[in-house]
Amino acid sequence: MSKLTELTIEEALEGLKNKELSAKDLARAHLDAMEEHRDLNSFITETPEIALQQADEADKRIAAGEAKLLDGIPIAVKDLFCTKGVHSQSCSHILDGFKPEYESSVTQKLFDNGGVMLGKTNMDEMAMGSATTNSYYGACKNPWGKKIGVDLVPGGSSGGSAAAVSANLALGALGSDTGGSIRQPAAFCGVTGMKPTYGRCSRWGMIAFASSLDQAGTFGKTVKDNALLLQAIAGHDPKDSTSIPGDIPDFSSMIGQDIKGKKIGIPKEYNAAGMPEEISELWKEGAKMLEKEGAEIVEISLPHTKFALPTYYIIAPAEASSNLARYDGVRYGLRVEGKTLDEMYENTRAEGFGAEVKRRIMIGTYVLSAGYYDAYYKKAQKVRTLIYNDFHSAFANVDAILTPTTPSEAFKIGEKQDDPITMYLNDLFTVAASLAGLPSISLPIGLSKNKLPLGLQLITAPMQEEKLFNIAHVLESAADFKSKID
Amino acid sequence: MKIDEDTVTKIAKLARIKVADDEKAHYAKELTAILDWAEQLQELNTDDTPMMTSVAYNTLPMREDNVSDGGYTKEILSNAPQSDFDCFVVPKVVDQG
Repeated sequence: MSKLTELTIEEALEGLKNKELSAKDLARAHLDAMEEHRDLNSFITETPEIALQQADEADKRIAAGEAKLLDGIPIAVKDLFCTKGVHSQSCSHILDGFKPEYESSVTQKLFDNGGVMLGKTNMDEMAMGSATTNSYYGACKNPWGKKIGVDLVPGGSSGGSAAAVSANLALGALGSDTGGSIRQPAAFCGVTGMKPTYGRCSRWGMIAFASSLDQAGTFGKTVKDNALLLQAIAGHDPKDSTSIPGDIPDFSSMIGQDIKGKKIGIPKEYNAAGMPEEISELWKEGAKMLEKEGAEIVEISLPHTKFALPTYYIIAPAEASSNLARYDGVRYGLRVEGKTLDEMYENTRAEGFGAEVKRRIMIGTYVLSAGYYDAYYKKAQKVRTLIYNDFHSAFANVDAILTPTTPSEAFKIGEKQDDPITMYLNDLFTVAASLAGLPSISLPIGLSKNKLPLGLQLITAPMQEEKLFNIAHVLESAADFKSKID
Repeated sequence: MKIDEDTVTKIAKLARIKVADDEKAHYAKELTAILDWAEQLQELNTDDTPMMTSVAYNTLPMREDNVSDGGYTKEILSNAPQSDFDCFVVPKVVDQG
């Protein structure tokens, strides 16, 4: 058996079942690796006591023949999830010292299924960013940067979770995706990241950014590991009125089946001018791999694609400005005193929020304000309908859509910081699926000229995660990314 | 400029974020750039298009109007910057005049 930290979740579960390893050994191996790689700044809080206790309980259950779905599997959790008694600040100063008195539904489900929490991961403050450089706790580094001797961003906002899985500091990780915050860092870090259908996972206990878009999701080394993780965290929750009612399917049920006759759509509008050669080459290669496995490649049109990004950057800040009104220095987190109540609010929020969060609150406040609501917010909500309809029409003819995940490889820490829109362009290929609430997955396919990972994204119609994992698994096997790394 | 410094002052007040005078020009420039970029949405005719407020795959669930949970005063106050007599404490809001 290879090193404990190099296992997949699937392999680790097998090893635990066959008593070749213990949950405690697994937890210890990962806690050691975390310590060794603290320079990455991927974890902002380590929870060794919780991990070892949960591992101990897992070992007891396994010994008693009562193993749960993910029993003994060490997982990294994004700081945006409220975890009882543990640092949960969405990496913002405004939640200074906040320790939740309750557990988020997603992490509760993870623990109920035997998951072991290693710690909380770094992220862009309030999930706003595409580089994990907006964290109050400092930038997170992409483990791939070490290989080429440059400090690279891991992507964002769930950069710490992606980096942790990439550097073998956790077997899997939880993240959240509002406009690409799982898929984009997964692509930059050479791991597989999945955002399920809106409503698959409960948002209760997730620190809110944009509620009509926020969705919990997973990071893993393989497609199958993502399916296993999703199985452990998804499901209806009466505490979230937008969570999908009914039982969840077996997300792995179609993994291993062939994709003969499946139709894969290639949206021509994604081939925008200026797409780097190596990205369009990778995309063509991915399509060929699926074709070779028996899929039919079909050109499709999503006519409103170019409007997705500006639509997102109106809607998300609008919702954020409303959600973040709760940080007022009264109930939790930071308070900066002032002579009057208003002054206290203004001082607290000026000091507690970072630059990007303030910018988005200001934009959101403006587009919701009297006189501008119709021109910006209402307009964006209408365009969102058009974007949704584009996908709805496309899925009448195809099983899945294949696109690049990002318009570039991982960039250097400090780059793209000059103006906000340059950073927003990172989300070019991921926001449309978010606006339409669709399940999508990013998986590593190849390497750039600079030997950095590049990913492709698959999208399906709502509630078709089984099919998404099926096609992604075929693409994963065909790409054989692991063999491309030295 | 769509957003001038006076507008920045107004938005900052609405958002309850203190913005120093020497930060206003920078905000005006950045916010204007973002809104100019978003202007491309006006190319589309959306007169007959409905607004989309949610992608949730269910209608709002109904339940009996009963108290189902509660009694967490201690827990709720545990993270408060300042509390007293089971209440949050804020600066005085009543004019003593």
